[in-house]
Amino acid sequence: MITIDKVSKHYGNFQVLTDCSTHVNKGEVVVVCGPSGSGKSTLIKCVNGLEPFQDGAIHVNGTSVGAPKTNLSKLRAHVGMVFQHFELFPHMTISDNLRLAQIKVLKRDKDEAAEKGHYFLDRVGLKAHAHKFPGQLSGGQQQRVAIARALAMDPICMLFDEPTSALDPEMINEVLDVMTELAQEGMTMMCVTHEMGFAKRVAHRVIFMDHGKIVEDDSKEAFFANPRSERAQQFLAKILQH
Amino acid sequence: MFGSYEFDWSSIPGAMGFLGQGLLVSLEITGLALVAGIVWGTLLAMARLSSIKPLAWAAAGYVNLFRAVPLVMVLLWFFLIVPKLLENFLGLPSGSDVRLASAMIGFALFESAYYAEIIRAGIQSVPKGQLAAAHALGMSYPQAMLHVVLPQAFRNMVPLLLTQAIILFQDTSLVYVSALADFFGAAYKVGDRDGRLVELVLFAGAIYFVLCFAASQGVRYFQKRLQTA
Repeated sequence: MITIDKVSKHYGNFQVLTDCSTHVNKGEVVVVCGPSGSGKSTLIKCVNGLEPFQDGAIHVNGTSVGAPKTNLSKLRAHVGMVFQHFELFPHMTISDNLRLAQIKVLKRDKDEAAEKGHYFLDRVGLKAHAHKFPGQLSGGQQQRVAIARALAMDPICMLFDEPTSALDPEMINEVLDVMTELAQEGMTMMCVTHEMGFAKRVAHRVIFMDHGKIVEDDSKEAFFANPRSERAQQFLAKILQH
Repeated sequence: MFGSYEFDWSSIPGAMGFLGQGLLVSLEITGLALVAGIVWGTLLAMARLSSIKPLAWAAAGYVNLFRAVPLVMVLLWFFLIVPKLLENFLGLPSGSDVRLASAMIGFALFESAYYAEIIRAGIQSVPKGQLAAAHALGMSYPQAMLHVVLPQAFRNMVPLLLTQAIILFQDTSLVYVSALADFFGAAYKVGDRDGRLVELVLFAGAIYFVLCFAASQGVRYFQKRLQTA
């Protein structure tokens, strides 16, 4: 579904990604973790072309992301993305947030888009909030709406960029529950997250990054039981202490 | 200072109709320049923020040029010179009616340079993540700007745009150099005719003050409501 092949990226002299290669199979859930500044968010943003990269290639469902002739809008329409800061459109109701891209990008008619939007809003347990504005919802609720907004586009895979990092602790689980459910239904997912509990429960594979490199790429069992690199061992020791 | 001067306001009541028409012209020019300034200013602002360098430079040049030149001069250029050039290029009969239209266009082009800067600040006030989110949903750049970024930008800008509109209304008084009978021009004409320039200019000033002060109070009220909303 997603193949990342020797991707490198730099800002001027600053190397952000170095020779990153991995893949995500259909129906697979891959968690990307690592210390801050390790390039994990940049890598996931390269997958749908929000961040350009200089070397290597990324293919999503056979389409090359970096190729100049690729219609990125068309590709992104079917690759869902969820951001750290939700990025709901604050000047629109939840209903309109769910409908906008369906109408403008997928050219669905208004009723069909509304119906689809409400179906997914119901799925994330927020049916009663359709008429509200994003500012009236809690962070956890906003993030669930953001997930519903992405799902309403019928994505072939979902990218999550630290979806719970900006949330108060008591709201993290409601978002992780939605993600877990999604994973159990067989959605292909690539998740940048520090939630190691989620990774243990849900992920098939774990990628560990440090200084722009993929240091570990293994099944979750192998990763948690026996991380090979010293950096990953330190990271796990710190993060799992609590 | 006015010890020996005897005020005589008697020419004003009879001229109310004429002055009223002048005020209407001033409001028309304001409305026209406001619409043109916002539309053209939005395009300039987007050009200036564009990653296509020549486009950004051209827009920056335009904005800096118009902001560094007095409005009166721009109006005179567009009143005197541009119509002559058009006559020569397009072979129009001389003295055709393009002078007033030209002055109006000059006015709108001048004001849009100021609007461009306000709108640029407004666009930059919208978090970058909003554009990224719109892109991630498959929206093109124009779609993202139109449906996501600009509506939020304008919402943030409303008080500034209204304040600029008040300044614009005051600026319209300068079109009297192009013989447009705006409010100030009309007052001047009446005063000149009756030998009562002092009274008429004072009267015009009072009307400008009342209108602009009321409008700026209105903006302040609106701003307060926006903040609490």
